[in-house]
Amino acid sequence: MATLWFILVAFMLTMYVLLDGFDLGAGIIHLIAARTDQERRLILRAIGPVWDGNEVWIIAAGGTLFFTFPVLYASSFSGFYLPLCIVLWLLMWRGVSIELRSRVPSPVWASFWDGMFFIGSTLLAIFYGAALANVIRGVPLDEHGVFFEPLWTDFNPFSKTPGILDWYTILIGLMAASTLTMHGAAYIARKTDGVLNARARRILRISWPITILLTVVSTIATFAVQPQIYASFNARPWGAIFPLVAFVGLLGVGHFAFRNRDLAAFFSSCAFIAGMLASSAFGLYPDVLPAVNPAHSLTIDNASGSPYGLTVGLVWWLIGILLAVIYFVFTYRLFWGKVTAKGEYGGY
Amino acid sequence: MDLSTILSRVQFAFTVGYHYIFPQITMGLAFLIVLLKTLYLIKKDERYNISARFWAKIFATSFVLGVVTGIPMEFQFGTNWARFSAYAGDIIAQTLAMEGAFAFFLESAFLGVFLFGEKVFGQRVHWLAAVMVWLGTWASGAFIVASNAWMQHPVGYTIAGNRLHISNYWEVLLNPWIFPQYLHTMSGAVITGAFIMAGLGAYYLLARSHVDYGRIFVTLGVIVGLIASVIQLYPSGDLEGQQVAKYQPAKLAAFEGLFHTEQGAGIVILGQPNTATGQLDNPLIVPKVLSFLTYRRWEAVVKGLDAFPPNQRPDSIELLYYSYHIMVGLGTFFIPIMGVACLLWLWKRRLFTTRWMLWILMLATPFPIIANTAGWFTTELGRQPWIIYGLLPTAQGSSANLSAGNVLFTLLGFAGMYLLLGLLYVVLSVTEALKGPESGEGEEAEGAEEGGLPGLATGTVAEG
Repeated sequence: MATLWFILVAFMLTMYVLLDGFDLGAGIIHLIAARTDQERRLILRAIGPVWDGNEVWIIAAGGTLFFTFPVLYASSFSGFYLPLCIVLWLLMWRGVSIELRSRVPSPVWASFWDGMFFIGSTLLAIFYGAALANVIRGVPLDEHGVFFEPLWTDFNPFSKTPGILDWYTILIGLMAASTLTMHGAAYIARKTDGVLNARARRILRISWPITILLTVVSTIATFAVQPQIYASFNARPWGAIFPLVAFVGLLGVGHFAFRNRDLAAFFSSCAFIAGMLASSAFGLYPDVLPAVNPAHSLTIDNASGSPYGLTVGLVWWLIGILLAVIYFVFTYRLFWGKVTAKGEYGGY
Repeated sequence: MDLSTILSRVQFAFTVGYHYIFPQITMGLAFLIVLLKTLYLIKKDERYNISARFWAKIFATSFVLGVVTGIPMEFQFGTNWARFSAYAGDIIAQTLAMEGAFAFFLESAFLGVFLFGEKVFGQRVHWLAAVMVWLGTWASGAFIVASNAWMQHPVGYTIAGNRLHISNYWEVLLNPWIFPQYLHTMSGAVITGAFIMAGLGAYYLLARSHVDYGRIFVTLGVIVGLIASVIQLYPSGDLEGQQVAKYQPAKLAAFEGLFHTEQGAGIVILGQPNTATGQLDNPLIVPKVLSFLTYRRWEAVVKGLDAFPPNQRPDSIELLYYSYHIMVGLGTFFIPIMGVACLLWLWKRRLFTTRWMLWILMLATPFPIIANTAGWFTTELGRQPWIIYGLLPTAQGSSANLSAGNVLFTLLGFAGMYLLLGLLYVVLSVTEALKGPESGEGEEAEGAEEGGLPGLATGTVAEG
């Protein structure tokens, strides 16, 4: 049961990264892809009706993590106290910047929020990557399953007292930013036409090789920092399917990007991200939070909730997620297609 | 209690108190928007539809603030209250996670349809979207109240070593504490929405601008406001009082500033509790009423704070006492305000021209928010010294690995950010309110002729 919940929580987090990932990517490319006020409004309209729902996935994933792995929730959220609060602030500012940008008819006002939207999106992408890297690298858990990480110490991932930021986690942060730039560019290319579409495609084609380079470097670094990953794939070779999906997805992004097939490029990017995240989760299992001293690691067994709680939770969770998927299909169908200056729906 | 825990308490109280300004507005307005939209479909009077669209704009701004200030709430259980989360997460997080699965997805999806889909889908679907948004906000409230009710009155658990396990899911969901608290919280939210609507309507009538809409807002506001204010006192407030008396007698004693056990205890109208001397300074007391309200007998014995050992008493008696009296005092005023306004309305609609009453309605606008905030302070401070009543003391629920310096850092960060957010919210809402319901409607007609919708080119902006 705990294994099933490990998969389901990983699924929810992946959904979050896939969906809010293109919102973040849109924010990263916002200033370059869109130059005029009207173009910037179009980018916001492309994500306007959906970004709020996309962000619900992280709230829902957080809640699900809380009741399925209460010990992990308590340990990781308090241990990652500072970066988590900074992420919350960034999420808040970024959300506000999307909503308030067009509320006051002043170019200065709009420019300010455009800047905030860019900064918030970029830093969030880097922080998410660094967060994942921290979980992969491991944290200094004590025998009670408690730790506290400062923002940085000596920037060495092999340190006994690592910080949130070291050269490895920053590397993964940059890789995340590059990946979401690619992801967001594919989404914006798909949702727009004309000059916006052309610029988004160019960004997509530039970010693709950069992402490949960073992926290769990151993968090598990951095997060096966390040997457990290699051991997991060795013990269960069928798991190679996940990196394979990521590999095919990444090839697909380039393949379709240079043939101007935006939607296919976007879905390839989804496959790449999902494959990478699934590979990480597969590599960690059965750990949920590895410790610097492996004896103190949190695993699916010592961090999960009670069997009864996990069972009843599964019943309502399935109903809730089924409903959520129905809403999402409905909303995305409703707002399917490209946004244009003479849009079919209001807003922004 | 160490400094880090105290700062964590201050941070949680500040962030949740600030957050709750917005949900009470959205839960109240969502209900009123459904009424406006329904009135439009029944009466076919375009003004009701324009009113609904106007309040949807105010709703949307409040909703955004509610969402962004709500994100930190769930996460703070883990960041600042790790020992509590590890101890009780198996139970408390069920209801918290259900909020995400059942309320947030619903709200966010249908809010998009409600704000962006009126033209595309037509009036019936638009009405349905309004109803779904309303249900979503109220479902959200239900799960949060269920979580809080469990902390007030834990049920359906077994103790497994140093952690709690859920033993009966339905017992947790049907906790008897939920119903009175939910009714009280929701009618409190409706009061907030009704006072805002009536207050803005009163302003329009006083300023002689948007008079048609002023009348609609005042009418709907005072009728709904009166009903909700009465429900707030009876039965919901009364039921909550009975429950507190039965299960949390120390909380009741602190509410009332009752330091000593008394037969035929009186109710305190005014007075300042003096915890050093154990008495009430400058008291104004109506004899025997507290005994009657609590036990329905004038001579009943009510336990005072002296009946409980010091470590079982709430730890901020003064603030608790004032929170309770502000909540009850303001709540008591809401009934005559709305009652007199309703009578004037019934009396040949004289309400629309009675300027002193309109002034009162306009100036009363912020007070329900104060009363609701004081209400949450009352229930939460009254639960102390427990984070889970009778099971886990607050001092043992915080994150042991946080230094006071780190907590103060984030507390200051939240304070600065929320100050800015508050300024933005007030400026934008007031601007929107002063522009009035008809702003953007003319441009809408223009856009409709072109086959498009309002927005972009004209600079009017919908939100979502």
